[in-house]
Amino acid sequence: MSDRVAIVGIAQTAFSPKRAEANYAELAYEVIERVLKDTGLDMARDIDNSISCSHDIWDGQTISDIGITDVIGGHLRNEEKMAMDGSTAVYYGAIGILSGEFRCTLLLAHTKMSQTNRNIVNNDAFDPIYTRLLGFDYTSAAALQARRYMHAYGITEEHTAAVVRKNLGNAVDNPRAHNRGRLSMDEILRSPFVSDPIRSMDVAPDTDGAVAVVLASGERAADITDTPVWIRGMGTCYDAHYLGDRDLAGCMALERAAARAYGMAGITDPRREIDVVELGEEFSYQELLWTEGLGICGRGEGGKLVASGVTGRNGELPVNPSGGLLSGVPANVMGLNRVAEAALQVMGKAGGCQVPGVKCAVAQGHSGFCGQHHCVVVLGADGRRSR
Amino acid sequence: MKRKVAIIGGGQTRHAARRHDVNQVELVNEAVRAALADAKMTIDEIDAVLLGNMEFFEGCHMTDCWLADGIGAYGKPGLKITTGGTVGATIVCAGAHHVASGLFDKVLCIGFEKQEEGDTGAILSGVAHPLFGRSMAGAAVGYFAMMGSSYMAAWGAKEEHSAMVAVKARQNARKNRYAHLKLDIGIQDVLNSRMLAYPIRMLDMCPASNGACAMILSDEKTARDRCARPVWIRAMDTAHNEQFEISWRDVLDRRPKFSTTCASRIYRKLGVADPAAYFDVFEVYEPATWAELQWYEDLGLCAPGQGFRLVEEGKTGIDGPMPVNPSGGVLSTNCIGASAMLRVWEAALQIRGDAGGHQVPKEVRRALTTGYGGTNWTVMTALSRDPED
Repeated sequence: MSDRVAIVGIAQTAFSPKRAEANYAELAYEVIERVLKDTGLDMARDIDNSISCSHDIWDGQTISDIGITDVIGGHLRNEEKMAMDGSTAVYYGAIGILSGEFRCTLLLAHTKMSQTNRNIVNNDAFDPIYTRLLGFDYTSAAALQARRYMHAYGITEEHTAAVVRKNLGNAVDNPRAHNRGRLSMDEILRSPFVSDPIRSMDVAPDTDGAVAVVLASGERAADITDTPVWIRGMGTCYDAHYLGDRDLAGCMALERAAARAYGMAGITDPRREIDVVELGEEFSYQELLWTEGLGICGRGEGGKLVASGVTGRNGELPVNPSGGLLSGVPANVMGLNRVAEAALQVMGKAGGCQVPGVKCAVAQGHSGFCGQHHCVVVLGADGRRSR
Repeated sequence: MKRKVAIIGGGQTRHAARRHDVNQVELVNEAVRAALADAKMTIDEIDAVLLGNMEFFEGCHMTDCWLADGIGAYGKPGLKITTGGTVGATIVCAGAHHVASGLFDKVLCIGFEKQEEGDTGAILSGVAHPLFGRSMAGAAVGYFAMMGSSYMAAWGAKEEHSAMVAVKARQNARKNRYAHLKLDIGIQDVLNSRMLAYPIRMLDMCPASNGACAMILSDEKTARDRCARPVWIRAMDTAHNEQFEISWRDVLDRRPKFSTTCASRIYRKLGVADPAAYFDVFEVYEPATWAELQWYEDLGLCAPGQGFRLVEEGKTGIDGPMPVNPSGGVLSTNCIGASAMLRVWEAALQIRGDAGGHQVPKEVRRALTTGYGGTNWTVMTALSRDPED
């Protein structure tokens, strides 16, 4: 990129199964106040654009950014809501800054999964004519994808269980995570089926929480922080809607989104050039499939990759050292949390989850069932191309 | 913006209360195909696809994902934005930012609503705060009833004045082949129409339409290479009031207002001193008759309290000195997610000279459009025939 955009501030709530004492605006307020305080930015003086990610149907309010216009700084100013995964806020916010219209953008993602029923919400994402009436939700659709993927490449339940074991183990060191523990493979493989082959422990749990991130232009970033994390590349891509129209054992949209992001960042050998990955595994099999889509291993090699320990926190290319989504991150917040965790790794501020010497981190988020829309963001300690 | 942005094509559907001939995907596809044909492009040439729509209106979560095939987003970058009634204009801003960023040269922007598949009144009542407002929510009708009552009390306007706006809109719509409510009505017809909530009568309110609008934005080089008459996006601005801040119970409220704030900012960006002289045509988002009168004043086309005089004198008629909504506006066609984009597209057609039956008779070099949504939100877009003008 000729012009540069940096992440200059991050605040996240602790994630918990239920935050009965706070409504979604109060969750938003919690992280926005913190990120402004941490960065020393003033809402009126410094922030010139705000973008939030959530869904009316999760929030139970029509045009639900009405509920946060005040706390996100919408008063007499620009404020937009994207009904997508939180990773896209980073993508769109960076485009706004690159356009020259904005210099400092506040990003927010919030959802309280505890206040509604995910199966009903997810069912409404299926087209109302042909597939909704079949009773699909994201979990049953994911089960079809998992089964197809496992069948195509000989991926086993032990492979997906290894993802759960790794991520919940990593989450032990993440103070924001609520689903964690050092589990045996047996404990994971004994958890009950939710939708065969997906077991209860293979699913990211219902969670409440919010994440705020501040993006700044290259000129502004240096004034705000000593540890800017530069957006080196980014890409998005849609796949087809109907499951029958997609290759469920692959992820074309992720491959294309990653190709765009890597192209911008000058990455040609992701396995060697990327130091850490934070990706969106709503279901454990997705971590394996998405590592393939991100080009970290070849098609069908995701299972072998996790079994070999490469993606462990001490491995050659750690994936989800924070504990990932399985450790408990709300829907819609997922991708912004992925970017936040990846950025913390680049800053060297990931605490107990820190991977040593991270210069290049990749974050991935997706929207829609079975990953219909993907967003990939490449972050680096400096904004230059790697080669 | 770092790069100039042009509108190089666009299209809209036939708008109607019932479109049983198409589902949502097919409806939107109709506008997308029209836009591509207008720009003489194929979908393969489009770099990114941006969609605006509210999921609650039709009860569909993630409409961008369902519509991906029909909007040509398969295999392409894209986004979905949901900012209420303003979303169509917000999508145009998003498209302009995409082009200006230098990452994309040709961006397809889409807004739509298929209102017959939901219950807009009920859903708009869901806008109200779940604890403090929803028990008394009256959707859009109750809201504009307050505005109308207050406007009459404050300025001495009569129901006849709002009826003049209603007549102007529907008579203009009769000249617009795509419009929904093409009604050959007079003032007495409006005053005889059913009362919804005083002073809002049936004909004071916008219809619930099905329809879509699509526009193709590009960088300067593409515009010059591919388009005979590109229309340039000169400036954009967005302003919001929070819920509870401005209720329209009092049109004399002196608190800073979304509409006047946004107008003054966009005028400053362009160096506009006299908007009525600077712009040749206006397309404003008027969900109810009284809102159009309020727009006249908030845009500075006249002094506060004089809006109803403008319509009385015919100044804002299609052949008047400051035509407002020659297309028939939102009062004639309201497919919510598309409505704010239709304002921009109709203004672009006026500048191109392609508005057909509702082309204003005078020369059009510059146009201003407004969106209206949320609680009190607006997105304004200024267009011109010459990129430097």
